[in-house]
Amino acid sequence: MKVEYPVANREKLCVILEGDLCADSLGNIWDDVVKKIDSLKPALLVVDAVKIKYCDGAGVSFLLDLKRRQAQHNGNCEIESLSKEYRNLMALIGDVNDVSLRQDTVKAGFCRQLISDIGMFTHSQWRDLIEQLVFLGKFCVTFAKLIRRPLSSIRWKTVFFLAERSGADAVGITCLLGFLIGLILAFQAAIPMMRFGAQVYVANLVAVTLFRELGPLITALVLASRSGSAFAAEIGTMKVNEELDAMNTMGIDPVSFLVVPRVLAAVLVIPLLTAFNILMGIIGAWVVMISLGFTTLTYVNQIKDAVNITDLSGGFMKTFVFGCLIACIGCLRGLQTTGGASAVGEAATRSVVSSIIAVVIVDGIFAVLFYYTGF
Amino acid sequence: MDRKSAVIQVQKLAGGYADKVIFEKISFSIYKGEVFVILGVSGCGKSTLLKHLIGLKKPLSGSVLIDGVDMVTAYGADRLKLLRKIGVMYQSGALFGSMTLCENVRLPMEEFTDLPSYAMDLIAYTKLKLVGLESYLHFMPSEISGGMKKRAAIARALALDPLIIFLDEPTAGLDPVTASEIDTLILRLSKSFGITFVIVTHELESIFTVADRAIMLDAKTKTVIADGNPKYLRDSHENQDVRNFFNRRSQEKTN
Repeated sequence: MKVEYPVANREKLCVILEGDLCADSLGNIWDDVVKKIDSLKPALLVVDAVKIKYCDGAGVSFLLDLKRRQAQHNGNCEIESLSKEYRNLMALIGDVNDVSLRQDTVKAGFCRQLISDIGMFTHSQWRDLIEQLVFLGKFCVTFAKLIRRPLSSIRWKTVFFLAERSGADAVGITCLLGFLIGLILAFQAAIPMMRFGAQVYVANLVAVTLFRELGPLITALVLASRSGSAFAAEIGTMKVNEELDAMNTMGIDPVSFLVVPRVLAAVLVIPLLTAFNILMGIIGAWVVMISLGFTTLTYVNQIKDAVNITDLSGGFMKTFVFGCLIACIGCLRGLQTTGGASAVGEAATRSVVSSIIAVVIVDGIFAVLFYYTGF
Repeated sequence: MDRKSAVIQVQKLAGGYADKVIFEKISFSIYKGEVFVILGVSGCGKSTLLKHLIGLKKPLSGSVLIDGVDMVTAYGADRLKLLRKIGVMYQSGALFGSMTLCENVRLPMEEFTDLPSYAMDLIAYTKLKLVGLESYLHFMPSEISGGMKKRAAIARALALDPLIIFLDEPTAGLDPVTASEIDTLILRLSKSFGITFVIVTHELESIFTVADRAIMLDAKTKTVIADGNPKYLRDSHENQDVRNFFNRRSQEKTN
């Protein structure tokens, strides 16, 4: 593809095009000719097309663009000797002179934009809160209805299947995390404790932290990121595929069909996972204690002194609430999905973010409650 | 027919899955500028054949040559060169949901050409104008109707001015008006741009409107049982099943 300009002044610009006019060959030439037109703004543009061997859709677009640019500064454009076939193509697409290709965005002033953004954000948060409350209410009502006939109305097969997927399949990762956290916690604590000669109390520290705080919290994070997001993505995909609409028209309530089994499964497995997590954390800390020169017996005795049944039950009590929250939020985000593939991804992300925030807030509330009740 | 050059040659193709052969020993050629339709009752392997033609599935045996090159054995630059020559419209449109229609049409150009950005915008505009969607340039796929999605997908398939366009059920599930619009579009594109169309469909209406030639696959014999102009196949093909298909009769009715 070649281009020549035999005449180039403000009155007239001649462009001779030679070769194939297609997307491959136009790469540099398009820009070249356009720059020439923009700098000269000629009154008349003559395109000599006699040597064009082949022209496709991209080539036609190029010729139309030249016409458009001439029209923009009120110049004329003549395309000479273009074969009839390609003239027909140009006619098929028609003029593009008045086309604006950029999206017109209405630009508001900065302050106005800021205020409107804050308003929109607050409004969406408020609506989200309401939706969460409505969902919680719906879930409670449905659950209360189902629990009256637990054997026949709750789909236990699904519950156990989901429990396996979000519980049994997560044992490995929970144990690994527990072990590492116990190990790291004990190791980090041992260094400053050494200064006071209080290394033996590392066992107390690790045990109390794991039983009351870290065990339930870490397990909740694992559940939120593993299962909560999976619930959201699964239900979100069903929503996008109109499966939820199908369910509704069949008279099946999505909350009892999808949400209740998931919540039950999560509530069922999270205490067990927490138990694994704490146990492995204790083992991790034991490795550190042994390497510091303490005996297993000392370690076990220290733990027995440090924690009692209230620490254990307090920790486990929290996990039930965490499990319920994570599953509910996952399902809710799934049900809120609108639109296509990206919306499903967004639902999964939102479920993890909301669950983690909710879990931490509830953990804080529990801390305050335990303090005042002396639990 | 012989005077024209074959753009797709299918030679003794066997396709399907390793444990389930759907068709075997299929041979046919598709010629330049033809509107070619692949027909058959549901489950006879039309969509599988299409996947073999566009190189998404490896043949069990035999070969598919596009413009003289085997899609399966072509690698690297050769394969990309070959892919440039074809455009595909999938059944549901398969537009990228996170991009506007304009961006969807621009994408192949961004990947394959070094055109300036404004040029790509303009080409995308002309392609969308060809399918009548120029006023939806900045819409997201989720904001337009099913028929529009199919037309936008055709615009995307047109982006690089391909030699061949494959359409998977272009008019299925559309109202008669929109369906006939798409048929008109196919005819117009084939006439003015000389594009070869390969269409999988079982909408009789549109077959008679657009098709120059049709082949019919058969699930029982696993081969092509008919090849020719659809009107000829309807009126005077020797196989009763083929005539039945075109005359919309089930076997029970004729017996």
